[in-house]
Amino acid sequence: MSPNFRIAFRFLTAKKRAMLMSLSCTVLGVGLFIVTQATTSGFEEFFVKTLLGTDGAMRIEDRIQDTLRSMEVAGSPDFQIRQREGVKYIEGVEEPQVIMDTVRSFANVRGVSAVLRGNVQVSSSFKTEDAQVFGIKLEDHRFVSELERKITTPEGLGKFQESAGSALVGRVLADRLQLTVNESIVINARGESRRYVVAAIYETGVRDIDKTRIYIDLAEARSLLRKPTGATFLQISLHDPKRARQEAAHMEEVLRHSVRPWQEREKEWLSVFRALSVSSAITVTVFTLIASLAMFNTLAMIVLEKTKDIAILRSMGYERRDITRIFLWQAAIVLAIGAIVGGVFGAAVSWGVSLVPLPINTLFKTEHFIVALSPWHFVQAITTAVVMVMIASLVPARRAARLEPGDIVRGTAQ
Amino acid sequence: MSTPLHAVSAAPVGDFALRCSGLQRYLGQGDGRVHVLKGVSFEARRGQVYAIVGPSGCGKSTLLYLLGLLDQPDGGDIEINGQRMSNSDDFARTAARGAHIGFVFQFHFLMLEFTALENVMMPMRKLGRLTAPEMEARARMLLEAVGLGSKTHRLGTQLSGGEQQRVAVARALANQPSIILADEPTGNLDVKNSALVFDLLTRLAKDNGQAVILVTHNPEIAQRCDVTRPMRDGLFV
Repeated sequence: MSPNFRIAFRFLTAKKRAMLMSLSCTVLGVGLFIVTQATTSGFEEFFVKTLLGTDGAMRIEDRIQDTLRSMEVAGSPDFQIRQREGVKYIEGVEEPQVIMDTVRSFANVRGVSAVLRGNVQVSSSFKTEDAQVFGIKLEDHRFVSELERKITTPEGLGKFQESAGSALVGRVLADRLQLTVNESIVINARGESRRYVVAAIYETGVRDIDKTRIYIDLAEARSLLRKPTGATFLQISLHDPKRARQEAAHMEEVLRHSVRPWQEREKEWLSVFRALSVSSAITVTVFTLIASLAMFNTLAMIVLEKTKDIAILRSMGYERRDITRIFLWQAAIVLAIGAIVGGVFGAAVSWGVSLVPLPINTLFKTEHFIVALSPWHFVQAITTAVVMVMIASLVPARRAARLEPGDIVRGTAQ
Repeated sequence: MSTPLHAVSAAPVGDFALRCSGLQRYLGQGDGRVHVLKGVSFEARRGQVYAIVGPSGCGKSTLLYLLGLLDQPDGGDIEINGQRMSNSDDFARTAARGAHIGFVFQFHFLMLEFTALENVMMPMRKLGRLTAPEMEARARMLLEAVGLGSKTHRLGTQLSGGEQQRVAVARALANQPSIILADEPTGNLDVKNSALVFDLLTRLAKDNGQAVILVTHNPEIAQRCDVTRPMRDGLFV
């Protein structure tokens, strides 16, 4: 144990009350920072997971048609360059099978599924609602969504797989139309009405999806929507969804189609979560600020009370930097204990919060608070506390180091 | 393990442990500025005990703090073991204090959160010449020498005034400095304890060839010193 640390520890334990005040604020600051970050990222991760499980990691949507500009180079008029600002998009994917075969050759791709979408009206014996038909090939779509796991009715996907005249209806839409499995619905598109049997009801937890989407077989959708070829988009799932941006950029270059990663698709919601995370972090940083002020106060008091001791230490050969270190060690001791206890406190409260009932059924569906603890939250909380408390401690520490031993001794002696 | 008192002795340079010449010092600012030391010169030989006496405000303590490198002179030279210190930086002065100078103050100045043993070990820990067991053995031996062998683990607050001053003497001797500076070391003690502390200080210092310079108002103490230097109005008379 270094002499400076030993002295710092004794100084600190001699001011138990003031030290406990600083310590408790540090514990609260670190702990609550962890709790708020764990809850906001819990909801964010859950939201992202739900959307990835429903809409996949990427979508290939429209074909890019470059506008080319001819330039005369070295006397030849044949040189052409792509004019980025002049890019045109042609809606939909005209040759889905060719694109899907190419997409499957990307190492990170787990699955790809062609989807044909169209606006329809759906009627039950009870009422009529606006909806969207999603034509899918179930064997492909299984690899790009968690639709199978979202089925809430015991029949599962068996009937949907067997019968082209069946449909999967979202929970909210089914409730609005008062539908149950095996009941009939009539879908009206482009002036034509067709009858389908409800094969199963799904619930993604995302209200906008559960309220509007009806999944039917892709071939049946082509016939219903009178689009014999092409697809509205290709839905892609990845082994590593975090690399969606890079993969999208690469695919866009290769396929000459617009490719939207989930980060771009959901950027509005993601920015809301980010704003929530930052605002809650700022709010709880008030505790860390109080901790740093308490530490400043404690150390300033110790400097005032220990001027004689500082003079003794200086007379014994302790340098100015030793005095600074003695006071910074005191802050470091409080920070170390505060970080450990605050970390445990934060983890315990986060666990407790995850048990709190909180029925949400709007943006996504959950019955409890969702918590996602990450080591990064602990690092952020502790770094914030370290920076603020150490800056606050530096002022009294430097003041103590600047004291002239001669002045102190003379003052006392007189 | 017992360590002899001279175990960490600094190498002696010549006969004089300390020399100063033409020391000037002003205190205060503006209209309140006072010329406290007006060109004081002084020498201290190893193994000799010096008393600086004089009325309050004559500059005794100011001179002592300058000699102890706790303060900086406005003019003049100070040499510690042949090394000129008057113009040195804070780092060099601090190092010289740790290695060559031991202080005993009037009000004991023990660190009260620490035991007697820890107080004595404190300068040794900073100097770092000895291992931890050697430091403890030396501190115990010094406390034994000042008659506090049985109270090594008492906190400063659990010792009487006389005992605290004896711990301060032991602490001043911890790094075996060549110079002991004592500012009214017996000023706060009764007659019995005054005699005890003075005897200790002079005996231990003489045994180890250290120069002892003490500021005192006590004429009996001054008479028992080898050299008495009376001061008046910032000068030796």
